[in-house]
Parts: sequence; structure tokens; C-alpha cells
Amino acid sequence: MYFQKVFEPKTLAIVGLSLSNERHPANVIFNKNHFRYPVKVFGVNPRGGMYHKQPVYSSVSEIPEKIDLAVIAVRAEHVPAVMEECIDSGAGAVTVISGGFAEVGNRELQDRLVAIAKEARLPFIGPNCLGIYSTGQVDTFFLPSERMVRPEPGNVAIVSQSGGILVDQMVKFAGQGIGLSRAVSIGNKAMVTELDMLDFLSRDDMTDVIAFYLEGFGRGEGREFVRAAGKCTKPVIVMKAGRSPGGVRAVSSHTAAIAGDYPVFSSVLGQFGIVEARNEFEMVSFCESLSCYPRSVTGSVGIITGSGGHGVVAIDTCAAGGLNVPEVPSDLQETLRAKLSGSIQPIASLANPIDLTGSACDDDFVAAATMLSKMEAIDSMIVLLLPYLPDVTSDVGARLSQVFRQEEKPLIAYVPHVEKYRMIIEGFQLNNVPVSRSIEGAVLMVEAMRRCLPC
Amino acid sequence: MLTDEMKRIIEDSKKTGWVLEPDAKKLFTLAGFDVPLFAWAKTPGEATSFAADTGYPVVAKVVSPKVLHKSDVGGVILDIENDEQMRGVFDRLSSMEAFDGIVVEETVRGVELIIGAKVDVQFGPVVLMGIGGVGVELYSDTTIRMAPIERKDVHSMIGCLKARKLLEGFRGAEPVNMEILVPLVVNFSKLVMELEGVIESIDLNPVLCSSTRCVVADARIILT
Repeated sequence: MYFQKVFEPKTLAIVGLSLSNERHPANVIFNKNHFRYPVKVFGVNPRGGMYHKQPVYSSVSEIPEKIDLAVIAVRAEHVPAVMEECIDSGAGAVTVISGGFAEVGNRELQDRLVAIAKEARLPFIGPNCLGIYSTGQVDTFFLPSERMVRPEPGNVAIVSQSGGILVDQMVKFAGQGIGLSRAVSIGNKAMVTELDMLDFLSRDDMTDVIAFYLEGFGRGEGREFVRAAGKCTKPVIVMKAGRSPGGVRAVSSHTAAIAGDYPVFSSVLGQFGIVEARNEFEMVSFCESLSCYPRSVTGSVGIITGSGGHGVVAIDTCAAGGLNVPEVPSDLQETLRAKLSGSIQPIASLANPIDLTGSACDDDFVAAATMLSKMEAIDSMIVLLLPYLPDVTSDVGARLSQVFRQEEKPLIAYVPHVEKYRMIIEGFQLNNVPVSRSIEGAVLMVEAMRRCLPC
Repeated sequence: MLTDEMKRIIEDSKKTGWVLEPDAKKLFTLAGFDVPLFAWAKTPGEATSFAADTGYPVVAKVVSPKVLHKSDVGGVILDIENDEQMRGVFDRLSSMEAFDGIVVEETVRGVELIIGAKVDVQFGPVVLMGIGGVGVELYSDTTIRMAPIERKDVHSMIGCLKARKLLEGFRGAEPVNMEILVPLVVNFSKLVMELEGVIESIDLNPVLCSSTRCVVADARIILT
């Protein structure tokens, strides 16, 4: 299936536009695209007429231009006829916003839509979905513009069965400074499934990381998905909801009792190097980390801190997650010591965690990060940065980011997220270095890269 | 790889819903797996005569279409030393529901593993491996992969087990022979792919692993 025009349409038809109800989903979608996006929008209503000084077409076939994407927001029983119209007029793709299909037991009507779309080879997203959000291109979510929180343009795509979760993730992306390329709500996924989206996004130039929120696969669909995701060169993150053990028969084998739906799901993702996010916090941390470093590591961490306590918490968290914190050899420790400020030379401990103490300055952090970057036994770094230390300046984020630029060893920062430290945080984020608001989150960001390795 | 004889065993077991142990062992023997020397004895005389050939101690297990988990009902007796004990065991097991004889088999020693399979709705056939025996669900030290798998997958599965040291020669014990175990799991996964349409799940539990053999000491095949 061809999806380029779905995500970058030049022409958009909104079927079901109301001439009297401004809050109708179709009207919300019409207005936001008409006013905010570089796409020509055509409203459709059988009664025709004018809407906001624009002509309203009585059917899709009346529209004088070829339609790249048609958004259908009419009552469920009218959808098949509208879809036929879209096919007759050569529309490129369709997204059905309307509910009232398999989710309420009306599978027959949904199957009819699939049959119609399949015969015409028309990509059809939904039904019962929000559809497509493509940063700077198009937005078929029926949520008023002023209520939406839009993340910065970026390289992470999210695909979700649930529209609500999708919008929530966008809010979190915006809050955490994660950039978004595409967001798709596939709803009942009657025709277009996760597998189709994976296929498109793995070839999409705007996307480097592909994240999925899903409730489960259809029969055998999981097998195809993990095989495709395992071959995909971009990191794939999956968060699954619905882990109830159900379905195991009372008297059966030990294997069937142990290998319930969720244990199988989790193991198979790991087998194919697909990153499983077990909750929303992991999801956001993983997206941020992999959007900066779309690669895998074995998980040997170097820790740099300005406080002994933070170092201890970080090393404990690494150990609990199965990450290594290898000791720095004594000759390297002494080389580093000679480069540190005179005042901390006698008091810094450099074994790993490297504790530069509360008297450290920017140069000391840079020297330690540079040294760890050159150590082969370490494949990622966590810098626990405490902006209240008197000799740390607001330049430190940008300066440490330069170390990554030069040495290319993934570096993750922890900085307390309060407004007065924003310049330090942006010093990292604008230079594509992920910043966590907690030590645990910083460790998870390393974990994200490690889960990219098939186990 | 599925021979006519193997297909016939499965076909004949469909009315029970699962394959009785002696039939399951037959099937795994035909598929090239190492199975203990055993006899399906319907009389005490058949049991003692098998033991006379193999030598004591032997193991006895009840065969009954009503008994899927034999240990749970006291249906597995180890270390039978002589004819007198053998006759006593036969007598006791013969009172069990739907009794259909006993399996008498040679005593094999080794680390108890479980090697299992399940046809998952979302992912199709998957293979499970881990610490076996009666406590398998209690310890739950197992690892799962989508089938078919290769040798490197088996090594990674073993690496995931908390008790992997048991296989590597724990506290002076001889290590399990990986040159036998690894291909066994790979071949099991191939067999599972062929059985996909007819099975719900399989337990090989225990598989008794030592430095010289990996023996499928019990097999449970649940049919769809």
C-alpha cells in the first residue's frame, strides 16, 4: 500500500461537514487544516451550499481536483456509500473517523468496508480512529487546535490503536522536548494495521524511531510484525496494554500455563531486538533516548557526578537493571586526575562513578566525559549534573554535547527540571543529547539502547 | 520429518485430546530423540520381566487417559529396587481411574530441564526452555523464543536462566553436554513447526541432562 500521500496530502476532502454545527468533528478537522496546514481542503455534504465562504460539495465526485486523502466522518451506515464515491473519484486514501463498527459488535458493516477497500486497493485507516497527524503537513484529529499540544517537529513516529493514548503521548513528547514526525491512530485497524505502518515508517525519511502502542495482534499477525520489525534498521519501541493472563485452560501443560500471552509477547520482542516499553514512563524515556541515539549498546555505563549520593543511586539503579558499571583502570584515573582543577584533584574519586565533588567546574565534567568516551570498555555515559554547584555554569550542557559530537559515544544527562535550569537543559537538548528529569529515567535511556540488541 | 507412523499416533490420540506417555515417547523416538529404555506393561509379569532385562532400579509411571499430571496423583514412582516392590507398585497404580497399564523404564540421572512448546495465537509456535521437574511452575525459571530457532538462540536462552550454573557444572557436578542439548532444542523447534496445526502445547519434562546424554524422560502432547 502507498502511504506517502496519506501523510503528505496536497488535497484533503472532509466528508460529513455540518452546515449548522460548528463543533461537529468534520468541522473541527476542516477548520484546522484549512487555516493551519499547507493542504487544500474540500468540505462535502449532500446538501451542498457554502461554509465559511468556501463551496461545499454534494459528493466527493463533485470536487474538481483529485483527492489525496478523504476523511470520512458520517454515520456508520453511510460510510460504505461514501467510500464507493471516493473510489469512483480516484481518491488516494481514506481515513474513517466514525465509530459504530466492530467495537460495538457491528463487524459485518466493518467487513463490508474492508471488502470494498480491498477490491479497489484503497488504503483505509480506521474506522473508529483519530487518523493522521503529520507534523507541519496535515492533522485529521477532531480535537480543536487550541486544545492540542503539539510536539516540536522531530524524528519519532507513534502508531496507536487508541486515539486517547496517542494524544496523551503527544502531550508528554511536548513536555519532554521529544520531536514528532508522524502520529497515527489506527483504531479498529480493519485494513491498515501496525504492519502496514511499520512498512511505511521504516522507509519514511522523516522518521528515525518508530513507537507503537497496541493492545494485541490478530491471529498470527504478531509473527509477521516481529519479523519485519527485526529487519527494520530503525529502533522499534512497543508498549502493550492488556496483560491479563486469561485464556489458559484449567488442565493443560506446564508450558501453556507459563507461556501466557504476555510472557510470550515480551520474550519474542526481546528475541527480535524490539524495545519493549513496560509503562508510559519507559515509553517516553525510550523515545527520547533513541531519537538521539538510534543504535544499540551492550550496556556498560560510565557515570559522572558532582555528588557522591547521586553516583550511588545511579550505580544501584544500573545494577538493578542489569547494566554494568566497569571500573576505570588506575592509569587512566591518574591521567584524568592531572587534568582536573587543582582544588578537586586530591578529593575526586575516579573509579566509576567518577565523583568530581561539589567543587567541580565545567572543564572537569568535560575532561571526565572525554576520558570515558575514549574507554573501550564503556559504551554509554550518564552525567548527573547538579546546576546548583557554584562552579558549574549555564554553558555546561552545550559544552558536554560537544564531547558527544567529537567522540560519538552516547551521553545522557540528568538535570533537575525546574525553570531556572532551562538554559542548561536546552544546551543539551538543542544539541541532540537527551536529558532526563530523574536518575532512574537517565538509566532507562541507556536501557533503551540495550534493548535494541536482540537477546 | 513427520513419518506416517508419527501421524498415526497423533490421529489415534485425538479422541483423548492428548497423547499418552508411551505413545508420545514412541513419537519422540521416531523423531530421533533420546528416550529411556521403556516398556508399556499391562501386567505385573510384563513389568518385572522388563526390569530383569534392563536391571533395577527402574521407574514406574501410571498410564491413564484421565491422568495428565501423574506426579500430582502419586503416579510416578522412582528407584524401584526389586520384583517385590515392582509388584506392589503395579498393584497400587492399577487402582487409579481409567488405568491402562504402566510405563516401566530405566533410571536416568541428570539435571531436570523442561523443553516445551505452545502455539500462540499472536506469534504461532513458540519454544520454552528452563528448569524442569515437578517445581517448574513454582520456580518459573524459563525462557521463551518464537520458533523455529537456531543454535545461537538456544545459547541465549540458556544464558537467560537464573539457574544456568546448574547446567555449567554447579559445585563439582559435571557440566551438561551442550553438543547434545543445543541440537536437541533446535530439532525440537523444527518438529514443533511441523506439528503446528495439530498441537496446543507440548511439555518434555523432565529432560534429564548430563555430560553424556539428554534424555526425554516424559512427554506430554496436548492436541488441539
